This record gives sequence, C-alpha cells and structure tokens, in this order.
Amino acid sequence: MNLRYVLGRIGLWLSVFVIVSPAILFFLWMGSLSLKFEIDNASYPPVFFPEHIAWKNYADVFASNRFLTYFTNSLVVTGCATGLAMLVGVPAGYGIARMAAHKSAIVILIARITPGLSYLIPLFLLFQWLGLLGTLVPQIIIHLVVTVPIVIWIMIGYFETTPLELEEAALIDGATRWQVFRHVALPIARPGLAVAFILAVIFSWNNFVFGIVLAGRETRTLPVAVYNMISFDQLSWGPLAAAALIVTAPVLLLTVMAQRQIVAGLTAGAVKGG
Amino acid sequence: MSVVTQASPVAAEQAAPAREWRPPSYWPFVIPALVVVLAVIIFPWVFTIWMSLQEWKVGSPTTFVGLANYLRLPTDPRFVEAVGHTLSYTALSVLLPLVFGTLAAVVFHQKFAARGFLRGIFIMPMMATPVAIALVWTMMFHPQLGVLNYLLSLVGLPPQLWVFNPTTVIPSLVLVETWQWTPLVMLIVLGGLAAIPTEPYESAQIDGANFWQVFRFITLPLIMPFLFIAGMIRMIDAVKSFDIIFAITQGGPGSASETINVYLYSVAFVYYDLGYGSAIAVVFFLLIVALAALLLYLRKRLLWTSQLGSEA
Repeated sequence: MNLRYVLGRIGLWLSVFVIVSPAILFFLWMGSLSLKFEIDNASYPPVFFPEHIAWKNYADVFASNRFLTYFTNSLVVTGCATGLAMLVGVPAGYGIARMAAHKSAIVILIARITPGLSYLIPLFLLFQWLGLLGTLVPQIIIHLVVTVPIVIWIMIGYFETTPLELEEAALIDGATRWQVFRHVALPIARPGLAVAFILAVIFSWNNFVFGIVLAGRETRTLPVAVYNMISFDQLSWGPLAAAALIVTAPVLLLTVMAQRQIVAGLTAGAVKGG
Repeated sequence: MSVVTQASPVAAEQAAPAREWRPPSYWPFVIPALVVVLAVIIFPWVFTIWMSLQEWKVGSPTTFVGLANYLRLPTDPRFVEAVGHTLSYTALSVLLPLVFGTLAAVVFHQKFAARGFLRGIFIMPMMATPVAIALVWTMMFHPQLGVLNYLLSLVGLPPQLWVFNPTTVIPSLVLVETWQWTPLVMLIVLGGLAAIPTEPYESAQIDGANFWQVFRFITLPLIMPFLFIAGMIRMIDAVKSFDIIFAITQGGPGSASETINVYLYSVAFVYYDLGYGSAIAVVFFLLIVALAALLLYLRKRLLWTSQLGSEA
C-alpha cells in the first residue's frame, strides 16, 4: 500500500513535469537567447548557459530612442481602452444582469466570433475619413472591440451571482438605482472587477492585428514594433529576443501573480479578443 | 418597467405596498455600452456588408456591382486554397489541444504541492504576447541554428525545414498553436472535473476498475459537455488564427500557409481591394457560424446533451 502510494506520487510528479516543461523550457530558452552574444546564439550545438552574459542586449533595446515611444503608446492604448471599457462595460453588465436581458449576449457572441480583421476594413475607412490616422485615437477605439465584450461578459456573470437582498433593501430605503449600483453592488463585485480589468489589459496589450493596419511610424504599440524588428533582418537574435521578452514580461508577471483571477475569468467566459 | 418586474419578481412583491413609487429602469446603465457596441461592432458589420456589394479600391471611385465580389470567390484559386489551409489548420488545432488539454486537466485535478503556481506557469503560453512568442519560435525553427533541429538530432531524427518547407509548414504552425492553446482546454476541462461527483469513482474502486477503465467509462463521458465547449471555442479561435501565422510565415513559403484570415489581410491592406476584402470577411464569418452549427448538430446526434452543462 505504502509502496503503491510512493509510486503513484512519483508518477504524478513525472506527469506534472512533462506537462509543464514545454512552457518552462520555452521561456527559459527565450531568456537564454536574450542574454547571449551573437557568437553564442549562432553556435551549433546551441549553448544554453553562455560564458559571458550579454546584459547589453537589454541596454540596447532600452537605449533605442523609439522604444520609449512605443512603450508609451502601448500604455496609452491599453490604458484608455481598458479604462473606457470598464467605464461603460461594468454598468452595462449590471444592467443586463438585473434586466435578465440574456438575448443581448448574442451581440457579445457575434463580437467573439468575428475575426478582428473584419472590423478593420470599415473602421480604417472611417478613421481615414475623419483624419484620425496618425494619432493613437483609432487604436484606442478599435481596442474597445476587444475590451468591451470581455468586461461586459465577465461582469454579467459576476452580477448574476451577487445577492439581491441588499440592493432591494437599499431601494426600499429610498436609494436611487445609481446609488444602489455605486454603493451596494459595486463594492461587492470588486473581485469581478479585478478579473475583468486584468483580462482586458492582457488582451489589449497583446493585440497585434489592429496595430499593423492602423499604426504609423510614431503610433506603433510594442507588439507591432517587435514585428517590425523581425522584418528588418539586420538585427541580431540577442536584442530581438530581449525586446520580445520585455514586451511580454508584464503579461507573464501578471499571469503568475493573478493566476487565480485569470483562471476564474477564462473558465467563466473563455474570452479572447481579436 | 415591465422588464424590471419580470426580472425580479421579489422586488415587485416587496415594492407592492408603495404602488405609486415606480422603480426607474436599468436602461441608463446599458446605454453608454450600447452606443459603443453600435459604433465599433454593429456599424462595422453593416458597413462591411454594404461594401461587399461595391467595387471599392482605395484611390478610385466606387461602383455598385451587386454580388460580383461573391461570385469571384469560387473562381479565385488563392481563396479556394486558403479555405483548404484554414480547414486543415483548424482540424489539427482543435484535436491536438483537446487531447493534450484533457490529459493535462486529469493531472492538474490531482492534489500536489505548488499546484496553483504550476498552473500559472502552464497557462503562460496562452497569455503571453503572440508576436513575442512567434519571434522566438521563428528562431527555434531555424534549419541551421534552431534548437528544434538540435533536439531532433539528440534523438537521432534527421533535421527538418519546419516552416520553410511547404509540406511541413502547417504542422509546424499547428505545433505552436497547440503549445499556446492547450492550457485553455485544460482550464475548461478542469472546471468540468471539479463538477464530477465522487460516488462513481468510489464504486469503481470497489469494483476494481483500473486507471484507464475509470478514465474511459466514468471521467470521459462526464466531461464530454466541457470537451464540447472547449472544442467549440478552440474551433472559433483556430479558424481566426492570425498573429502566429502572420508573424512566423506571412502565409509562406509561397502561399503554403495562407489561411483565409491572412489572405483577407493581403486583399484588404496590401492590394487595398476593400470591396472584395469585405466579401471575404462576410463569407469568412458565415463559414465560422456554419462550422459552429455543424458542431452543435454533431453534439445533438451523439446524444451528449443529456449530460451536465448543455449551455453552449
């Protein structure tokens, strides 16, 4: 019995190791690439631990004068798109949940199914016509396509589970619907707000397809900037991998730190934008 | 008003004594979002359908051409090829993550130390920025310097051309897609496993069933509804897959990995043939809806509906 238990444990840990290793090895290799000089990155057989660590790759990325611009662009686009989505999406989720207007979810379903590129054709023309291309506004607006459905979807699910009794009591005491929402429903829904916020930030930050069409030289977000680095082949692997890691590092950190919220949100809605 | 009463009968009962007091409706909460949704989701759709009926190229006047753009599709060899690539890419990118995701879920359903942390690591591939990941995979696929060919050589396999060979490009991209999205299937199935009662397992243990029998005859039928949902979501995402394919191969070599989405990008934003691009977008959307409907039909046929969650 005891032996069987030990064998079972060993088997379990072996399977855990096998399952997690593709993810771990990939990101370790990404880190290794980003910390090696060209000579190590071009050697065969590949070197995992270099003799000399090329911190310089990271310094190069940060030193390139455009990087800060792109980083700021990403921050502004993701920040605005998520902020606006929370502003309109949270009340909407509340309203839909309380009205039990389940049919409205069809719109969100359509948004979920539609390929991101289909939004781009008409909105590209619209932005061109409005003379907005060349600013960050088009990207902020089109990122709403990703963030708003995520926020609404998660908040509907969340407000449907929060207790009604408190809200009823407040209404009878003469509070307006808005006051009930602001002072009763919203504080209870704080964990849901966190889930919606985190997922909206991640999927907006990661978005690539909107940027390649709408971003000009000055308005690129980080994923688009990294893609453009690949197409200009003169860069060596080290700085490229460093740039890639810098772009995705905030998301990876958030994933490990907030994995509970992310898992809750993804299993509830299984949302993904674009 | 009537909507509100329907929504919460409890509220109506409690508010009944004060008849003159009418609760304001919830519409003001929804209106800002409604405006946004109309502007960025509904308007683009209506406009796309209208544009698909026009000959519309950037820089030249537009003319109404009726269904000509749609009639052009079946005679466009690149589009027909792209449909084929999309279907094979999708089929593989649904099946492989389903298999691996289910196995991973069975493992993560056990109790072991640092499970939450390891689950966090495991879902990193799907949360990471796709372009950043694509860049590293491109380096790993490199025929001379890539680490994948080195790994193959360790187990005595000949080096491959991966994404540089028209016959292996789609399987190679599916490898990336599987690596990236197996975690989502795992999470959904894990949710299903958590909902399974323990009684069937206890009686199976008494009856002396082995691990495989337990999995095959108890676990699998009970998680079928969740597998179905996972398959549906995976199908929708795999059909639309763009970032990975575009960043690694741009549809190449030649057009060997050009899916509908990548072709749509070329038509609309490289050739600026917006009318034709819109027609592709509409047909593409209908294809996704049709595939979803097919999956729903299959589920009905296979009578898995009687199980737990049938809210797909």
